[in-house]
Amino acid sequence: MNVSVSRRSVLKASGLLVVAFSLVPRLTIANPGGATKPVTPDLVDSYLAIGRDGRITVYSGKVDLGTGLRTALTQIVAEELDVPLDQVTLIQGDTLLTPDQGPSFGSLSIQNGGAQLRQAAATARRALLERAAVKFNTDASTLSIRDGVIVDPNRRELALGDLLDGRMLSLELDQNAPLKSPADFKLVGKPVRRLDIPDKVTARFTFMQDFKRPGMLHGRVIRPSGLGATLLSYDESSIRGIPGIVKVVRIENFLGVVAKSEWSAIKAARTLSVKWSAWSGLPEQSQLWEHVRSTKILKDDVTSNRGDSQAALAAAPRKLAATYDFAIHTHGSIGPSCAVAEFEGGKLTCWSASQATHNLRKQLAAMLGVADESVRCIYVDGAGCYGRNGHEDAAGDAVLLARAVGQPVRVQWMRADEHGWDPKGPPTLLDLRAGLDAGGKISAWESELFIPNGIAGFVALVGADHAGLNSLGQLSPGGVINDLAIPYAIPNVKTTAHRLESTPFKPAWIRSPGRMQNSFANECFLDEIAAAIGADPLELRLQYLHDARGEELLERLATLSSWRQRPKPDRSGEIVTGLGLAYVKYELVRTYVGIVAEVQVDTKSGVVSAKRFYVAHDCGQIINPDGLRNQIEGNVVQTVSRVLKEEVKFDRSMVTSLDWGSYPILTFPEVPEVVMDLIDRPNEVPWGGGEPTAAVVPSAIANAVFDATGVRLRSVPFTPSKVKSALGRA
Amino acid sequence: MARTPLNVNGNAVSVFVDDADTPLLYVLRDNLGLHGPRFGCGLGQCGACTVHIDGVAVRSCVMPLSAVQGKVVTLEGLGTKAGLHPLQRAFIEEQAVQCGYCINGMIMQSAALLTRTPKPTEDQIRQELVANLCRCGTHLRIVRAVKRAAGT
Repeated sequence: MNVSVSRRSVLKASGLLVVAFSLVPRLTIANPGGATKPVTPDLVDSYLAIGRDGRITVYSGKVDLGTGLRTALTQIVAEELDVPLDQVTLIQGDTLLTPDQGPSFGSLSIQNGGAQLRQAAATARRALLERAAVKFNTDASTLSIRDGVIVDPNRRELALGDLLDGRMLSLELDQNAPLKSPADFKLVGKPVRRLDIPDKVTARFTFMQDFKRPGMLHGRVIRPSGLGATLLSYDESSIRGIPGIVKVVRIENFLGVVAKSEWSAIKAARTLSVKWSAWSGLPEQSQLWEHVRSTKILKDDVTSNRGDSQAALAAAPRKLAATYDFAIHTHGSIGPSCAVAEFEGGKLTCWSASQATHNLRKQLAAMLGVADESVRCIYVDGAGCYGRNGHEDAAGDAVLLARAVGQPVRVQWMRADEHGWDPKGPPTLLDLRAGLDAGGKISAWESELFIPNGIAGFVALVGADHAGLNSLGQLSPGGVINDLAIPYAIPNVKTTAHRLESTPFKPAWIRSPGRMQNSFANECFLDEIAAAIGADPLELRLQYLHDARGEELLERLATLSSWRQRPKPDRSGEIVTGLGLAYVKYELVRTYVGIVAEVQVDTKSGVVSAKRFYVAHDCGQIINPDGLRNQIEGNVVQTVSRVLKEEVKFDRSMVTSLDWGSYPILTFPEVPEVVMDLIDRPNEVPWGGGEPTAAVVPSAIANAVFDATGVRLRSVPFTPSKVKSALGRA
Repeated sequence: MARTPLNVNGNAVSVFVDDADTPLLYVLRDNLGLHGPRFGCGLGQCGACTVHIDGVAVRSCVMPLSAVQGKVVTLEGLGTKAGLHPLQRAFIEEQAVQCGYCINGMIMQSAALLTRTPKPTEDQIRQELVANLCRCGTHLRIVRAVKRAAGT
């Protein structure tokens, strides 16, 4: 980092590229790990290197969490530089090599990370053509790049690798560097096959869980019996019979074992006799919503305020009110979190599948009390990651154990660690009120959200907390107040987020955090209004949307789902079906999604089955339509699981849903069909597709259940017992 | 440390473990360096660790080494030297992967199904995979891939 700063100052002072070249070693693909490679976001070399052999190395701070991002970013760079796809290599999330482009969250990796890479590639492209023009003694505008080779009208050729001869580009990223016209795209917008899939289906791919270091030992952590329990004592003699134990590590309430073999570490962690203090500080689960409602409010965030909702509501001849709640969820990656930590020469290297290696680096440095520069975090692909799950915590565990034994340590969380100790999607409670005027128009809309305070900041590392060490943790539920404000032109609106002092479990963001819960309440409540005034849910939305792009999307959804031709629901049978519609403009500024859910309700058993979803999706420019389809299918299926089945269970001490039996997720026979209409806008900027569809699934299901049964479900998950109870009241 | 002979992916191997109760999963991954079978739950609930023993799909995370009798095949050994297994090809064709962590189990479980039932219906495929969990929501593509491999 210091090197690049001084280099930058030299660049600025001299204005001569050659001066910079003399100060830094040449970077080649064969030696990409040189400490002198810049990582500051304003330099092209931070993002790109061109080797003598013409291979392009892309350095991306954004990482592929199983979304296909690797392929999409490769497409973007290969397109902009006009090089073949297989000539590009992507390095992800290495704090020594890649710029900090922010965590890979929020459906921003294409929108922000991809845009930065494209601009870097465009800046490089212009400079390469200009430098070639000097060599050819011609005008740069006459040159073009074909398959990684610069060509001029006289058919002279110069390969990019030869032009640069292994040197850095030494360029500042120019936000105004001209971009390639979408009309000329050969890779972007095409369903390019994912680069990682062949290796993943043949077991050649190295997941984080497969990663090994020489001399590596295996660690497991023994967690407290209650969230706040303290370690009273442990008896090392209880594991004396287990071979290969290297060390039992205790740091205050942090307790771990390190062993030569993985199985010995597992057995030791299970066998070690430990006494914890009694702790029962959690609320009764049956009283969760009373607990949330009575939690101290630190402040109110008013996320939208127009007109005078209070007066309009008071004056309204007809009023509606409803309360919605959304359960605590776990991330539930199929591969539990894993990390390897190694100290060498006083410096730490930590490999993990963290979505935010640059942030993890700061947290690990703080935990160890060392400078950030003493820590390098390297991303290695893990199992699907849908937010801030346990990867960072496993990293913290591995670091504490590696430091204690002086050898590299791999920590693989067990299933109960993952379900028990990953940060949770917090319980979310919403009150909604609306006023209708005499003509049936919506005159007022008010909402109150009860949600923990904080943003998507640092989430404390479990191991650090137990060890009494500071890992910069704050209450960080994510951007959970997004989409509390509504996209509809109602004259008097006030949406208020009550930011709570605490929440039962350490919170963090899980796919579409807040946006999902807020959209659930908003889009269900709008459906309730539609029913109350006898309006069609689609027509009501069109009436209040003053947004041409949103209206076009809803019309396409109507066509896709044959909404206007749908039969009137027959609620007479034991098994009834219904259709429900929902809409979101993500965070009111980006991706548009409209969705229709078709559900079946068994009124006797209370089982809700999602049969089919119709999705209209507009995220602007589409980089890879098949990758986007894959993401949308995933959004739908995962969210159906969350809405129909998922709820973290707990007693007064601890999470009790510690396996897939007690925290069931959707299985193959329950998976719905997904029909899509992707609206591609190649001349627009690309927005995210990793989250927005998830936001509208819960409300679409609830609205479809109403269509089928006439009963409102306002509490996620829609378990058979809740459905039966609601039907009983209907 | 006891020597245990195994037949893995057509090769006779010996593994040395100090506990005969060590689940097969750790022997395959840590002793033999195989990456196909994966740790997901250690409870036989998710299917990420699935391997074949004499052609039958089993959960290697709950199969003690001492209980292993028969020929073990992992994802590494599913195809032949000549090429990929039809399921592997079909998973690529259908792009039936998101993170890919569960895919070992999906392919191994489906391969066992296709051996028993070469032309399964969609319902049979879904039932076969009922205890194979995917968190990313790749199910629809996985079903399409199995159908493609079966030619149905």
